[in-house]
Amino acid sequence: MKYVDEFRDGLTARLIAEQIRQEASGQREYRLMEFCGGHTHAIFRFGIHDLMPENLKFIHGPGCPVCVLPAGRIESMIRLVEQENLILCTYADLMRVPAGRSTHKGDSLQKARARGADIRMIYSATDALNIAQANPERQVIFFAIGFETTTPPTAAILKIAKAMELKNFSVYCNHVKTPPAMAHILASGEARIDGILGPSHVSTIIGSEAYAECCHTYHTPLVIAGFEPLDVLASTLMLVRQINEGRAEVENQYTRAVSKHGNEKACALITETLEQRALFEWRGLGELPDSAMQIRPEYAGFDAEKRFSIDHITADDIKGCICPAVLRGVSKPDACKLFGTACTPEDPKGACMVSSEGACAAYYSFGRFR
Amino acid sequence: MCLAVPALVVALTDDTATVDLDGIRKDVSTILLDEVQVGDYVLVHVGYALERINAAEAEKTLQLFAELRALDASE
Repeated sequence: MKYVDEFRDGLTARLIAEQIRQEASGQREYRLMEFCGGHTHAIFRFGIHDLMPENLKFIHGPGCPVCVLPAGRIESMIRLVEQENLILCTYADLMRVPAGRSTHKGDSLQKARARGADIRMIYSATDALNIAQANPERQVIFFAIGFETTTPPTAAILKIAKAMELKNFSVYCNHVKTPPAMAHILASGEARIDGILGPSHVSTIIGSEAYAECCHTYHTPLVIAGFEPLDVLASTLMLVRQINEGRAEVENQYTRAVSKHGNEKACALITETLEQRALFEWRGLGELPDSAMQIRPEYAGFDAEKRFSIDHITADDIKGCICPAVLRGVSKPDACKLFGTACTPEDPKGACMVSSEGACAAYYSFGRFR
Repeated sequence: MCLAVPALVVALTDDTATVDLDGIRKDVSTILLDEVQVGDYVLVHVGYALERINAAEAEKTLQLFAELRALDASE
Protein backbone atom coordinates (compact mmCIF):
# COMPACT_ATOMS: atom_id res chain seq x y z
CA MET A 1 0.00 0.00 0.00
CA LYS A 2 1.37 3.38 -1.01
CA TYR A 3 2.30 5.67 1.92
CA VAL A 4 2.25 2.66 4.23
CA ASP A 5 4.75 0.03 3.05
CA GLU A 6 7.57 2.53 2.45
CA PHE A 7 7.30 3.59 6.08
CA ARG A 8 7.70 0.03 7.39
CA ASP A 9 11.10 -0.92 5.95
CA GLY A 10 13.03 -3.14 8.37
CA LEU A 11 16.57 -2.12 7.39
CA THR A 12 15.79 1.59 7.76
CA ALA A 13 14.17 0.89 11.12
CA ARG A 14 17.32 -0.84 12.39
CA LEU A 15 19.51 2.02 11.17
CA ILE A 16 17.41 4.72 12.87
CA ALA A 17 17.28 2.62 16.05
CA GLU A 18 21.08 2.32 15.99
CA GLN A 19 21.32 6.10 15.69
CA ILE A 20 18.97 6.49 18.68
CA ARG A 21 21.11 4.09 20.75
CA GLN A 22 24.23 6.12 19.93
CA GLU A 23 22.72 9.51 20.66
CA ALA A 24 20.72 8.51 23.74
CA SER A 25 23.84 7.28 25.45
CA GLY A 26 25.01 8.53 28.79
CA GLN A 27 23.57 8.46 32.26
CA ARG A 28 20.28 10.23 31.83
CA GLU A 29 16.86 8.69 31.28
CA TYR A 30 14.68 9.61 28.32
CA ARG A 31 11.02 9.35 29.34
CA LEU A 32 8.94 9.91 26.22
CA MET A 33 5.15 9.96 26.33
CA GLU A 34 3.35 8.82 23.21
CA PHE A 35 0.05 10.62 23.70
CA CYS A 36 -1.94 8.47 21.25
CA GLY A 37 -2.99 4.88 21.65
CA GLY A 38 -2.22 4.50 17.94
CA HIS A 39 1.45 5.11 18.72
CA THR A 40 1.36 2.72 21.69
CA HIS A 41 0.16 0.00 19.36
CA ALA A 42 2.75 0.81 16.67
CA ILE A 43 5.51 0.64 19.32
CA PHE A 44 4.42 -2.83 20.45
CA ARG A 45 3.20 -4.26 17.18
CA PHE A 46 6.40 -3.47 15.31
CA GLY A 47 8.76 -4.28 18.17
CA ILE A 48 10.13 -0.72 18.44
CA HIS A 49 10.21 -1.17 22.18
CA ASP A 50 12.87 -3.88 21.84
CA LEU A 51 15.14 -1.73 19.65
CA MET A 52 15.45 1.05 22.22
CA PRO A 53 18.28 1.46 24.72
CA GLU A 54 17.56 0.65 28.39
CA ASN A 55 17.49 4.31 29.39
CA LEU A 56 14.75 5.25 26.89
CA LYS A 57 11.25 4.55 28.12
CA PHE A 58 7.94 4.99 26.35
CA ILE A 59 5.24 6.24 28.73
CA HIS A 60 1.74 5.58 27.41
CA GLY A 61 -0.62 8.53 27.32
CA PRO A 62 -4.39 9.04 27.53
CA GLY A 63 -4.99 9.34 23.78
CA CYS A 64 -7.70 6.71 23.55
CA PRO A 65 -11.13 8.31 23.57
CA VAL A 66 -13.09 5.30 24.81
CA CYS A 67 -10.54 4.81 27.60
CA VAL A 68 -10.97 8.34 28.97
CA LEU A 69 -14.78 8.40 28.73
CA PRO A 70 -16.23 8.05 32.25
CA ALA A 71 -18.27 4.86 32.66
CA GLY A 72 -21.21 6.90 33.99
CA ARG A 73 -21.78 8.56 30.62
CA ILE A 74 -22.22 5.14 29.01
CA GLU A 75 -24.61 4.03 31.73
CA SER A 76 -26.65 7.22 31.27
CA MET A 77 -27.15 6.39 27.61
CA ILE A 78 -28.08 2.76 28.35
CA ARG A 79 -30.77 3.99 30.78
CA LEU A 80 -32.11 6.47 28.24
CA VAL A 81 -32.23 4.03 25.34
CA GLU A 82 -34.00 1.42 27.48
CA GLN A 83 -36.54 3.90 28.88
CA GLU A 84 -37.36 5.82 25.73
CA ASN A 85 -37.24 3.04 23.12
CA LEU A 86 -35.06 5.11 20.87
CA ILE A 87 -32.25 4.16 18.49
CA LEU A 88 -28.70 4.74 19.70
CA CYS A 89 -25.90 4.80 17.12
CA THR A 90 -22.22 4.65 18.01
CA TYR A 91 -18.80 3.69 16.73
CA ALA A 92 -17.87 0.07 17.35
CA ASP A 93 -15.05 0.99 19.76
CA LEU A 94 -17.56 1.93 22.44
CA MET A 95 -19.74 -1.19 22.34
CA ARG A 96 -17.78 -3.33 24.81
CA VAL A 97 -16.53 -0.63 27.18
CA PRO A 98 -17.64 -1.36 30.75
CA ALA A 99 -20.43 1.00 31.80
CA GLY A 100 -21.26 2.09 35.34
CA ARG A 101 -22.63 -0.76 37.43
CA SER A 102 -25.46 0.79 39.38
CA THR A 103 -28.18 -0.81 37.23
CA HIS A 104 -26.61 -3.99 35.83
CA LYS A 105 -23.35 -5.49 37.00
CA GLY A 106 -20.68 -5.57 34.30
CA ASP A 107 -22.91 -3.73 31.84
CA SER A 108 -21.96 -2.41 28.41
CA LEU A 109 -23.75 -1.15 25.30
CA GLN A 110 -23.30 -4.60 23.81
CA LYS A 111 -24.98 -6.29 26.77
CA ALA A 112 -27.82 -3.74 26.67
CA ARG A 113 -28.28 -4.62 23.01
CA ALA A 114 -28.46 -8.29 23.92
CA ARG A 115 -31.28 -7.40 26.35
CA GLY A 116 -33.18 -5.88 23.42
CA ALA A 117 -32.11 -2.23 23.29
CA ASP A 118 -31.84 -0.84 19.75
CA ILE A 119 -28.15 0.05 19.71
CA ARG A 120 -26.47 0.15 16.32
CA MET A 121 -22.80 0.11 15.43
CA ILE A 122 -21.93 2.53 12.67
CA TYR A 123 -18.82 3.07 10.57
CA SER A 124 -19.40 6.72 9.70
CA ALA A 125 -21.27 9.57 11.38
CA THR A 126 -23.24 9.85 8.14
CA ASP A 127 -24.71 6.38 8.82
CA ALA A 128 -26.47 7.82 11.89
CA LEU A 129 -28.16 10.45 9.70
CA ASN A 130 -29.26 7.78 7.26
CA ILE A 131 -30.75 5.71 10.09
CA ALA A 132 -32.69 8.78 11.30
CA GLN A 133 -34.09 9.35 7.81
CA ALA A 134 -35.07 5.72 7.46
CA ASN A 135 -36.90 5.73 10.84
CA PRO A 136 -38.85 9.03 10.92
CA GLU A 137 -41.22 7.72 13.62
CA ARG A 138 -38.39 7.08 16.12
CA GLN A 139 -35.82 9.26 17.85
CA VAL A 140 -32.20 8.55 16.87
CA ILE A 141 -29.24 9.60 19.04
CA PHE A 142 -25.65 9.55 17.81
CA PHE A 143 -23.30 8.81 20.76
CA ALA A 144 -20.36 10.90 19.53
CA ILE A 145 -16.92 10.35 21.02
CA GLY A 146 -13.38 11.07 19.95
CA PHE A 147 -10.57 13.60 19.90
CA GLU A 148 -10.20 16.36 17.31
CA THR A 149 -9.79 13.79 14.51
CA THR A 150 -13.33 12.51 14.94
CA THR A 151 -14.93 15.86 15.79
CA PRO A 152 -15.24 17.31 12.23
CA PRO A 153 -17.50 14.49 10.94
CA THR A 154 -19.84 15.11 13.91
CA ALA A 155 -19.81 18.84 13.11
CA ALA A 156 -20.59 18.03 9.48
CA ILE A 157 -23.66 15.91 10.28
CA LEU A 158 -24.99 18.51 12.72
CA LYS A 159 -24.92 21.05 9.93
CA ILE A 160 -26.54 18.66 7.45
CA ALA A 161 -29.22 17.62 9.97
CA LYS A 162 -30.11 21.29 10.55
CA ALA A 163 -30.26 21.99 6.81
CA MET A 164 -32.53 18.95 6.37
CA GLU A 165 -34.67 20.04 9.36
CA LEU A 166 -34.54 16.51 10.77
CA LYS A 167 -36.86 16.30 13.78
CA ASN A 168 -35.85 12.91 15.12
CA PHE A 169 -32.06 13.22 15.27
CA SER A 170 -29.71 14.41 18.01
CA VAL A 171 -26.09 14.04 19.12
CA TYR A 172 -24.76 13.12 22.57
CA CYS A 173 -21.51 15.04 22.34
CA ASN A 174 -18.47 13.64 24.16
CA HIS A 175 -15.72 15.13 22.00
CA VAL A 176 -12.56 15.97 23.88
CA LYS A 177 -9.50 18.08 23.16
CA THR A 178 -5.86 17.02 23.15
CA PRO A 179 -3.83 20.09 24.25
CA PRO A 180 -5.67 20.58 27.61
CA ALA A 181 -5.11 16.92 28.56
CA MET A 182 -1.46 17.18 27.57
CA ALA A 183 -1.05 20.37 29.62
CA HIS A 184 -2.71 18.68 32.61
CA ILE A 185 -0.30 15.73 32.51
CA LEU A 186 2.73 17.99 32.17
CA ALA A 187 1.50 20.33 34.91
CA SER A 188 1.03 17.50 37.39
CA GLY A 189 4.55 16.28 36.69
CA GLU A 190 3.83 12.84 38.17
CA ALA A 191 4.70 10.95 34.97
CA ARG A 192 8.08 12.80 34.72
CA ILE A 193 7.92 13.33 30.95
CA ASP A 194 11.01 14.52 29.06
CA GLY A 195 9.38 14.70 25.63
CA ILE A 196 6.15 13.96 23.80
CA LEU A 197 5.45 12.04 20.61
CA GLY A 198 2.61 14.21 19.31
CA PRO A 199 -0.60 12.93 17.72
CA SER A 200 -0.76 12.12 14.01
CA HIS A 201 -4.31 12.76 12.90
CA VAL A 202 -5.45 15.07 15.68
CA SER A 203 -2.64 17.30 14.40
CA THR A 204 -3.91 16.95 10.82
CA ILE A 205 -6.97 18.87 12.04
CA ILE A 206 -5.57 21.30 14.66
CA GLY A 207 -2.09 21.85 13.16
CA SER A 208 1.35 21.81 14.77
CA GLU A 209 1.00 25.33 16.16
CA ALA A 210 -1.70 24.16 18.59
CA TYR A 211 0.95 22.64 20.90
CA ALA A 212 3.31 25.62 21.01
CA GLU A 213 1.96 27.09 24.23
CA CYS A 214 2.03 23.75 26.05
CA CYS A 215 5.65 23.05 24.97
CA HIS A 216 6.76 26.51 25.97
CA THR A 217 4.95 26.64 29.32
CA TYR A 218 6.25 23.26 30.52
CA HIS A 219 9.55 23.42 28.65
CA THR A 220 8.91 20.03 27.08
CA PRO A 221 9.77 19.16 23.47
CA LEU A 222 7.11 17.66 21.20
CA VAL A 223 7.49 15.97 17.83
CA ILE A 224 4.37 15.26 15.76
CA ALA A 225 4.82 11.70 14.55
CA GLY A 226 3.09 9.60 11.90
CA PHE A 227 1.63 6.24 12.95
CA GLU A 228 3.95 4.03 10.86
CA PRO A 229 7.00 2.48 12.55
CA LEU A 230 9.60 4.55 10.66
CA ASP A 231 7.66 7.70 11.60
CA VAL A 232 7.75 6.70 15.27
CA LEU A 233 11.48 5.91 15.13
CA ALA A 234 12.42 9.09 13.27
CA SER A 235 10.34 11.17 15.71
CA THR A 236 11.95 9.45 18.69
CA LEU A 237 15.37 10.38 17.30
CA MET A 238 14.23 14.00 16.86
CA LEU A 239 13.06 14.06 20.50
CA VAL A 240 16.35 12.61 21.76
CA ARG A 241 18.19 15.34 19.88
CA GLN A 242 15.97 18.10 21.30
CA ILE A 243 16.48 16.76 24.82
CA ASN A 244 20.25 16.50 24.34
CA GLU A 245 20.38 20.07 23.07
CA GLY A 246 18.10 21.41 25.81
CA ARG A 247 15.47 22.57 23.29
CA ALA A 248 11.71 22.47 23.88
CA GLU A 249 10.12 23.10 20.50
CA VAL A 250 7.27 21.75 18.43
CA GLU A 251 8.73 19.83 15.50
CA ASN A 252 6.80 18.04 12.81
CA GLN A 253 7.97 14.70 11.43
CA TYR A 254 4.59 13.92 9.82
CA THR A 255 4.84 16.69 7.24
CA ARG A 256 3.03 14.65 4.58
CA ALA A 257 -0.25 15.13 6.47
CA VAL A 258 0.22 17.87 9.07
CA SER A 259 0.64 21.59 8.45
CA LYS A 260 1.22 24.47 10.85
CA HIS A 261 -2.43 25.52 11.00
CA GLY A 262 -4.12 22.19 10.27
CA ASN A 263 -7.31 21.73 8.29
CA GLU A 264 -8.87 25.17 8.57
CA LYS A 265 -12.06 24.19 6.80
CA ALA A 266 -12.65 21.37 9.31
CA CYS A 267 -11.85 23.70 12.23
CA ALA A 268 -14.32 26.31 10.90
CA LEU A 269 -17.03 23.65 10.75
CA ILE A 270 -16.33 22.69 14.37
CA THR A 271 -16.50 26.34 15.48
CA GLU A 272 -19.78 26.80 13.64
CA THR A 273 -21.56 23.92 15.36
CA LEU A 274 -19.70 23.28 18.65
CA GLU A 275 -18.30 25.37 21.47
CA GLN A 276 -15.99 24.81 24.40
CA ARG A 277 -17.48 23.02 27.42
CA ALA A 278 -16.50 24.65 30.72
CA LEU A 279 -15.76 21.38 32.54
CA PHE A 280 -15.63 17.74 31.48
CA GLU A 281 -14.75 14.61 33.42
CA TRP A 282 -12.00 12.36 32.04
CA ARG A 283 -11.47 8.88 33.39
CA GLY A 284 -8.12 8.97 35.18
CA LEU A 285 -7.57 12.70 34.87
CA GLY A 286 -10.64 14.01 36.70
CA GLU A 287 -12.57 17.12 35.71
CA LEU A 288 -10.58 19.30 33.33
CA PRO A 289 -11.60 22.86 32.38
CA ASP A 290 -12.02 23.75 28.69
CA SER A 291 -11.09 20.23 27.64
CA ALA A 292 -14.19 19.17 25.71
CA MET A 293 -16.80 20.39 23.26
CA GLN A 294 -20.56 20.84 23.51
CA ILE A 295 -23.19 21.70 20.93
CA ARG A 296 -23.81 25.40 20.28
CA PRO A 297 -27.17 26.92 21.35
CA GLU A 298 -28.05 27.50 17.67
CA TYR A 299 -28.01 23.72 17.29
CA ALA A 300 -29.82 23.00 20.61
CA GLY A 301 -32.55 21.10 18.75
CA PHE A 302 -29.92 18.51 17.86
CA ASP A 303 -28.35 18.30 21.32
CA ALA A 304 -29.36 15.09 23.11
CA GLU A 305 -28.37 16.63 26.44
CA LYS A 306 -30.96 19.41 25.91
CA ARG A 307 -33.70 17.31 24.32
CA PHE A 308 -33.75 14.44 26.76
CA SER A 309 -33.56 14.14 30.49
CA ILE A 310 -30.23 12.37 30.93
CA ASP A 311 -29.23 11.04 34.34
CA HIS A 312 -25.80 12.20 35.39
CA ILE A 313 -24.27 9.11 36.89
CA THR A 314 -20.97 9.05 38.71
CA ALA A 315 -19.64 5.53 38.44
CA ASP A 316 -16.67 4.02 40.20
CA ASP A 317 -14.23 1.93 38.23
CA ILE A 318 -14.09 -1.74 39.10
CA LYS A 319 -12.14 -2.57 42.24
CA GLY A 320 -8.49 -3.33 41.54
CA CYS A 321 -8.51 -1.80 38.02
CA ILE A 322 -5.64 0.67 37.58
CA CYS A 323 -6.81 2.19 34.27
CA PRO A 324 -6.79 5.71 35.77
CA ALA A 325 -3.09 5.45 36.68
CA VAL A 326 -2.27 3.88 33.30
CA LEU A 327 -4.00 6.78 31.54
CA ARG A 328 -1.90 9.31 33.47
CA GLY A 329 1.32 7.51 32.51
CA VAL A 330 2.05 6.66 36.14
CA SER A 331 1.60 2.87 36.00
CA LYS A 332 2.24 0.21 33.37
CA PRO A 333 -0.61 -2.17 32.47
CA ASP A 334 1.19 -5.30 33.70
CA ALA A 335 1.41 -3.75 37.17
CA CYS A 336 -2.36 -4.34 37.50
CA LYS A 337 -3.48 -7.36 39.49
CA LEU A 338 -6.35 -7.96 37.08
CA PHE A 339 -4.14 -7.83 33.95
CA GLY A 340 -4.30 -11.01 31.90
CA THR A 341 -6.25 -12.86 34.59
CA ALA A 342 -9.60 -11.29 35.49
CA CYS A 343 -9.19 -8.70 32.70
CA THR A 344 -8.55 -9.81 29.12
CA PRO A 345 -9.69 -8.46 25.73
CA GLU A 346 -12.32 -11.23 25.66
CA ASP A 347 -13.70 -10.22 29.06
CA PRO A 348 -12.45 -6.70 29.80
CA LYS A 349 -12.92 -5.09 33.21
CA GLY A 350 -11.23 -1.79 32.40
CA ALA A 351 -11.59 0.42 29.33
CA CYS A 352 -7.87 0.25 28.45
CA MET A 353 -8.26 -3.50 27.78
CA VAL A 354 -11.22 -3.04 25.43
CA SER A 355 -10.17 -0.57 22.83
CA SER A 356 -7.83 -1.61 20.06
CA GLU A 357 -5.87 1.49 21.14
CA GLY A 358 -5.81 0.92 24.88
CA ALA A 359 -2.41 0.43 26.53
CA CYS A 360 -3.57 -2.74 28.35
CA ALA A 361 -4.78 -4.27 25.08
CA ALA A 362 -1.39 -3.48 23.50
CA TYR A 363 0.47 -5.16 26.35
CA TYR A 364 -1.82 -8.16 26.22
CA SER A 365 -1.66 -8.58 22.44
CA PHE A 366 2.02 -7.94 21.87
CA GLY A 367 3.90 -7.97 25.14
CA ARG A 368 2.33 -10.25 27.72
CA PHE A 369 5.02 -12.93 27.50
CA ARG A 370 7.83 -10.42 27.94
CA MET B 1 -9.99 5.78 17.10
CA CYS B 2 -7.74 8.29 15.44
CA LEU B 3 -6.50 5.87 12.83
CA ALA B 4 -6.81 7.12 9.28
CA VAL B 5 -5.66 5.30 6.16
CA PRO B 6 -4.21 6.77 2.97
CA ALA B 7 -6.43 5.90 0.00
CA LEU B 8 -6.33 6.83 -3.69
CA VAL B 9 -9.13 8.98 -5.09
CA VAL B 10 -10.41 7.30 -8.27
CA ALA B 11 -13.65 9.24 -8.89
CA LEU B 12 -15.38 12.39 -7.66
CA THR B 13 -18.99 13.60 -7.53
CA ASP B 14 -20.03 16.73 -5.58
CA ASP B 15 -18.97 16.13 -1.96
CA THR B 16 -18.18 12.45 -2.39
CA ALA B 17 -15.04 10.67 -3.52
CA THR B 18 -14.70 7.04 -4.47
CA VAL B 19 -11.43 5.84 -2.99
CA ASP B 20 -9.41 2.71 -3.65
CA LEU B 21 -7.58 1.08 -0.78
CA ASP B 22 -5.56 -1.84 -2.01
CA GLY B 23 -8.43 -2.91 -4.28
CA ILE B 24 -11.26 -2.11 -1.89
CA ARG B 25 -13.51 0.70 -3.12
CA LYS B 26 -15.53 2.94 -0.86
CA ASP B 27 -17.36 6.26 -1.08
CA VAL B 28 -16.17 8.86 1.41
CA SER B 29 -17.21 12.45 2.09
CA THR B 30 -14.89 15.25 0.93
CA ILE B 31 -16.84 17.96 2.75
CA LEU B 32 -13.82 18.72 4.99
CA LEU B 33 -11.51 19.53 2.06
CA ASP B 34 -11.40 22.42 -0.38
CA GLU B 35 -9.68 20.79 -3.28
CA VAL B 36 -9.57 17.14 -4.13
CA GLN B 37 -8.60 15.70 -7.49
CA VAL B 38 -8.66 12.23 -8.96
CA GLY B 39 -5.20 10.79 -8.36
CA ASP B 40 -4.78 12.42 -4.92
CA TYR B 41 -4.21 10.30 -1.85
CA VAL B 42 -6.43 11.27 1.07
CA LEU B 43 -6.46 10.19 4.71
CA VAL B 44 -9.76 8.41 5.32
CA HIS B 45 -11.28 8.40 8.83
CA VAL B 46 -14.85 7.30 9.74
CA GLY B 47 -16.03 7.82 6.16
CA TYR B 48 -14.51 11.28 5.75
CA ALA B 49 -11.39 12.44 3.89
CA LEU B 50 -9.50 14.40 6.56
CA GLU B 51 -6.60 15.71 4.53
CA ARG B 52 -4.74 15.24 1.28
CA ILE B 53 -1.37 13.53 1.51
CA ASN B 54 1.30 16.00 0.44
CA ALA B 55 3.28 13.93 -2.07
CA ALA B 56 6.29 16.29 -2.12
CA GLU B 57 6.60 16.20 1.68
CA ALA B 58 6.27 12.41 1.72
CA GLU B 59 9.08 12.23 -0.85
CA LYS B 60 11.32 14.45 1.32
CA THR B 61 10.82 12.15 4.33
CA LEU B 62 11.55 9.05 2.22
CA GLN B 63 14.66 10.77 0.80
CA LEU B 64 16.02 11.18 4.34
CA PHE B 65 15.54 7.45 4.93
CA ALA B 66 17.27 6.66 1.60
CA GLU B 67 20.25 8.81 2.57
CA LEU B 68 20.56 6.91 5.85
CA ARG B 69 20.62 3.60 3.95
CA ALA B 70 23.16 4.93 1.43
CA LEU B 71 25.41 6.09 4.25
CA ASP B 72 25.21 2.66 5.86
CA ALA B 73 26.02 0.89 2.56
CA SER B 74 29.09 3.06 1.98
CA GLU B 75 30.54 2.32 5.43
